[in-house]
Amino acid sequence: MVDYLWIVIALPLGAALFNHFLGRRVGEPRAAVPAILSVAGAFVYAALAARDFFVSERASEEAVTVVRLFDWIPGLGATAELLWDPMAAVMTLVVTGVGALIHIYAVGYMHGDPRFGRFFTYLNLFIASMLILVLANNFALLFVGWELVGLCSYLLISFWYTRPSAAAAGKKAFVVNRIGDFGFMVALMVIFAAFGTLSYTEVLHEPGEVIGAGAATAVCLLLLVGAAGKSAQLPLYVWLPDAMEGPTPVSALIHAATMVTAGVYMVARTGALFGLSDVAGGAAATVGALTALLAATIAVAQRDIKRVLAYSTISQLGYMFMAVGVAGYTAGLFHLVTHAVFKALLFLGAGSVIHAMAGEQNMDRMGGLRRKMPITHLTMLVATLSIAGIPPLAGFWSKDEILAVLFAKGGYYTVLWGAGLLTALLTAFYMARQYFLVFGGEARWGEGAEPHESPRIMTVPLLVLGVLTVLIGFVNTPFRLSFEHFLAPAFEGVGLLHAPEDGFLLTALALVSTAAGVVGIAIAYLVYHHASEDTRERLLGRVRRPLMTWEHGYWVDEVYGRLIVKPGLALANWSAGFVDQRVIDGLVNGIGGAVRRAGGRLRPLQSGFVRSYGALLALGAVALVAWIAARGL
Amino acid sequence: MEFPILSALVLTPALAAAVVMLIPERRREVIRPLGVVLSLLPLPLAGVLFAEFERGEAGFQFVERAVWIDRLGADWHLGVDGISLLLVVLTTVLVPVALGASMRVDHRVKLFVAMNLLLEAGLIGVFLSLDLFLFFVFFEVILIPMAFIIGIWGSENRIYAAVKFFLYTAFGSALMLAGIIALAFIHRDQTGELGFSYLGMLGLDLGPDAQRWLFAAFALAFAIKVPVFPFHTWLPDAHVEAPTAGSVLLAGVLLKLGTYGLLRFNLPLFPDAALDFVPLMAVLAVVGVIYGAAVAIVQPDLKKLVAYSSVSHLGFIVLGTFALTSQSLQGGVVQMINHGLTTGALFLLVGMIYERRHTKLIADFGGLASSMPVFAGLFLFIAFASIGLPGLNGFVGEFLILMGSYPTLPVYTIASAVGVILAAVYLLWAYERVFTGKITNPANKGLSDLSIGETLVFVPLVALIILLGVYPKAALDVIQPSTDAVLSRIEAVTEYRAPDPGGPGFVLSGGGG
Repeated sequence: MVDYLWIVIALPLGAALFNHFLGRRVGEPRAAVPAILSVAGAFVYAALAARDFFVSERASEEAVTVVRLFDWIPGLGATAELLWDPMAAVMTLVVTGVGALIHIYAVGYMHGDPRFGRFFTYLNLFIASMLILVLANNFALLFVGWELVGLCSYLLISFWYTRPSAAAAGKKAFVVNRIGDFGFMVALMVIFAAFGTLSYTEVLHEPGEVIGAGAATAVCLLLLVGAAGKSAQLPLYVWLPDAMEGPTPVSALIHAATMVTAGVYMVARTGALFGLSDVAGGAAATVGALTALLAATIAVAQRDIKRVLAYSTISQLGYMFMAVGVAGYTAGLFHLVTHAVFKALLFLGAGSVIHAMAGEQNMDRMGGLRRKMPITHLTMLVATLSIAGIPPLAGFWSKDEILAVLFAKGGYYTVLWGAGLLTALLTAFYMARQYFLVFGGEARWGEGAEPHESPRIMTVPLLVLGVLTVLIGFVNTPFRLSFEHFLAPAFEGVGLLHAPEDGFLLTALALVSTAAGVVGIAIAYLVYHHASEDTRERLLGRVRRPLMTWEHGYWVDEVYGRLIVKPGLALANWSAGFVDQRVIDGLVNGIGGAVRRAGGRLRPLQSGFVRSYGALLALGAVALVAWIAARGL
Repeated sequence: MEFPILSALVLTPALAAAVVMLIPERRREVIRPLGVVLSLLPLPLAGVLFAEFERGEAGFQFVERAVWIDRLGADWHLGVDGISLLLVVLTTVLVPVALGASMRVDHRVKLFVAMNLLLEAGLIGVFLSLDLFLFFVFFEVILIPMAFIIGIWGSENRIYAAVKFFLYTAFGSALMLAGIIALAFIHRDQTGELGFSYLGMLGLDLGPDAQRWLFAAFALAFAIKVPVFPFHTWLPDAHVEAPTAGSVLLAGVLLKLGTYGLLRFNLPLFPDAALDFVPLMAVLAVVGVIYGAAVAIVQPDLKKLVAYSSVSHLGFIVLGTFALTSQSLQGGVVQMINHGLTTGALFLLVGMIYERRHTKLIADFGGLASSMPVFAGLFLFIAFASIGLPGLNGFVGEFLILMGSYPTLPVYTIASAVGVILAAVYLLWAYERVFTGKITNPANKGLSDLSIGETLVFVPLVALIILLGVYPKAALDVIQPSTDAVLSRIEAVTEYRAPDPGGPGFVLSGGGG
C-alpha cells in the first residue's frame, strides 16, 4: 500500500493537468468532478495507508517508511523520496480532507466565473504541491513543495488579476515569502556543508554527533526565518492580510488551513535540530507569542470580515509556534489540526456571507443575518465558540494543551503563557464581535441587498466541518491522549515536552483559560450587542487612539514601505542611472572616444570598425609578444 | 574511419549558409522556411552525439585531429566532453528556434538567414575546438555575423550598439590572442616546436608570474563576454538594438562562451593563478548578481530588464565556477544551459509583443493577460523558471551553485542568495505591470494572442525546462565526470583540496561537537 504513496500526489496533479488543457472545454460544473474526486481519492488512499499505524504496538521503526522514487540531484543527496510516518499521515489527511470539502464548496462559490476550470487547476496543483511538502524525505524536496505552494498561493491570490489590488497582493505574498526563503536556503547551505546531504534520514538522526550547539542554533534560526515567511509570523506576516484578495475558498484552504501551517510542520519535522538549541526554540516561542498578541490586537479593530479572520490566523499560528518552540510538538500539531478544521469553517462561513451579500465584506453593513442564513449562522457560531476556547469544542482542547505545555516549561515561558492567555481573551472578544456584527442585532445592509442562505453544495461542507469542530477535539484530551500516542513514533529520539499530568493543575489552567474566553465574549456581547448605539459610540470613542492604530495594523506596511521599499528603489535607480550610465559607460565611451581620436590621425585607412578592430588586435598582440620576449619566457 | 560527427556538426551549418546565399534574394518565401529546415540539420547529429556519448567518462570523446597549418603547429582538432556536449546541443536547439521566430524579418532575408547559420557553425566550433588557434578563429568568426545581425537588422541605434559590442569583445580577444601566442611560444621553449593543442598546453610547466599574466589576459576576454561586472555595459545596448533572433542567440549561447572559457581554459591551464584570483572573481560575481538584479528592477524597457537579469544570472555561474567544488562546478555548467533556455525564451516573448505593439516599454502595456492569455501564461511560466522555481530547470543550477559554493566561499554565497529574492521582484513586478489590471491603453485592446506557429516555437523550450527541472540527472550524469576532472586537475598540481561536505576533513565553524 505505502509503496504506491506517490499516487496521492499524482492524483491531484493529474487532475490539474486535465483541467489545464481541457477545463475550458469540459466547462462548469463538470471540470470540478475530476478535481474533487482526485483529492477525495488521495484522502481515501492516505486513510487506508495510515491504518497501518493503528495496528497495535508495533516497533516504532516500522512506523516509518521511506518510498524511493528516483534520483533527482545526486550531487546534493537529493532524491525524490517520500517519508510516511504518523506526522506525514496527519498532515496528508488534513490537506486532502479539508481540501476535498473546500473543493466541493468552491463549486458553488465559483459558480459563473469564466475561469472556473482554471480555478480548479490551481487548487489541485496546490494540493499536489502541499503533499510534496509534507511527504518529502529531504530538505531539497521539502523546498520543492515549499516553493510550489508559494506559486499556487501567488496564482490564486491574484486569480482575479484584473483587480490591481489582487495582482499586487499576489506579488507581495511571493516576494515576502522569498525573503523567508533566503533564510531557509542559507540554513540548507550550512546543513549541506556539515552533513554532506540533505536527507532527513541522515541529518535528523542524532545530529548532535555532527554539529555543535552553535551551528545548530544558526541553522535553526535560519530555518525559523523561512518558517516565519510561510507561516506569516513577525516580521514577515504582512503578506497574509493582503492575501485575502483571493477567492474565499483559497483563503480557507491555503491561507488558513494548510499552506500557512507549513512553517509549524517544518519546525516539528526538524525537532531533532531544534532540540540542540534552547536559543532557537526560545526564539520560535517568543516570535510566536509576540505575533499571537500583536495580530490579535489588530483583529480587534478590523471591519472587513475576511481581514478579521486573516489576523486571527496569524495569531493562531503564533500559538503553534509557541508550542513547537518549547518542543511541545504534539500540542502544536494538535492545534494545527483543530485550527485547520474550525478556521476553514470560519472562512467558508464568511464566504457564504459574502456570497449572500453580493460581495460585501464590510461588517458595518451586515447584521441580523442569523435569520436569513440559519445553517451558516449555526456552523459559524460553533466555530466562533471553538476558537474562543469554550469547552468541549476542538479549539478548547488544543489551545489549552499549548498553554499547559508553556506553563509546564516554566521560568521565562510563564511570561509567554501570560501572553497566550491575554491573546485568548482578545481572540474570544474579536470573534464574538464579528459574530454579533454579522449575525446579531438588526440588519444594516442597504436597500438592494437580498441576503439568502447559500446553496447546498456550500452548506453541506459547512455542516461537515461544524460536526468535526465539535468532535475532533476529543482525539486528544487529558483523559485520553490518542493523538499524542499516534504521533509518538515520529518523535522518537526527540525530546518531546508533554502537558503536565497533575490533574489539579490541569483543571486550574483549563478554568483560567476558559474564563478568559468567557470574559472576552462577555465584553463583546456588552459592547456590540447589549449596549445601545449611543453607548457603543461613546465607549469606542474613549479608545479611539488605540483602535485607530490597530485598524491600520500599527502602520507596519507604511513603515516597511518607507524603510525598505523606498530606499531600495532609490538605490536601484541610482545604480541604473548614475553608476551604470554615467560612471561605467562614461568611462567606456571616453576610452572609445580617445581611441577613435588617436586612430583619426591614421585616417583615411582607418574607417569602419572592422579595421580598427584589426588594428587593436595587432597592437595588443605585438605588445604582448614584445613583453614576452623582454621577460625571456 | 568512423564518421567525423564533430566536423559534420561544424560544417553542416556553414554549408547551409553557402546554399542559402546561392538562392536569389527575391525568393524570400522560400528562403525563410528553407533556413529553418537547414538550421535543423545539426540537431539530429547533436542528438546522436548525446545518445552515443559515453557516460562516466571525463575526457574528450569523438576526437578528430588533422594537421591544419603545419608551420604554426595548429591543427583541426575537435573533441567533446561533458562540459561542451550540452552547450552544443543547446546551440542546435536555439538556432532553429531563433530562425523560426524570425518569420517577419523582411529585409535582406537571405543574408539574415546565412548570418544565423554561420553563427551556428562558429558557436559549435568554438565549443568543440581542442586547438587554441582553432578556438580563437571560431571565437572571432562568431563576432562578425553577430555584429552584422545587430548592425543590419537592429532598431534605431543599431550601429552604436554593434560597434560597441564589436569593440568591447574585440578588445578582449586581442588580449586573449596575445595570451595564446605566448602559450605557443612557451610550448616551443619546452617541447621544441610551436603548438596550440589544448591537451599539450595542459602539460606545460608555467611559472607563477606567467600564469598570473596569462590568466588575466584570458579572464578579461571571457569576463567581457560573460559579461562580468563592470564589463557589462555593452550587453543592454546590444540586446535593445538586436533583432529577436540576435538577442536569443546572444543571451542563449554567446554569453556562455565567457563562462565556458573560464571553466575550460582559466581553471585547468593556470590553476595556481586561478586560486589567487578566486577572491577577485568571487567579488565581481556577487556584485554582478546583486547589481544586475537591482538595475533590472528599475528598467523601463522589457528587453533591458531581461538583459540585466542575464548579468545577474551569469554572476551565479561565475561564482560557482570559482567556488571550486564538485557541486558548484556542476551547477555552473547546468546553469549555462538553463539560462540559455529561459532567457532565450524570454527574449522570444519580448520580440513577439514588440512585433504587435512596436514598443518594449513596460509603461505602454497593462492588462495584456485579458487580451493575450496564452502569451501571458507562457511569460509567467518562463518567468518562474528564471526565478528558480523548484521543479523547473533554473532551480537545479542555482541550488547546486549555492549549496556547492557555501563551503569555500560562505560570505559571498550568502550575499549572492539575495539575488534570489530580487529575481522574484523584477520579474513579478514586470509581469504585474504588463499583464494584470484592466486594459487602459486602447492600443492594447484586441491584440492577437500567439498563433499556433508562435506557440510551437516554445514547445522544445518548455519541454526542456520541465525535463531539466524534474530529471536533471540526465544532464548531470554527463557533466559531473568532466567537472570533477577539472577539480582533480587543480588538486593534482596545486595545494588546493576541494572540500568534502559532511566528510571528516570538513570542520564547520562552531560545530564539530
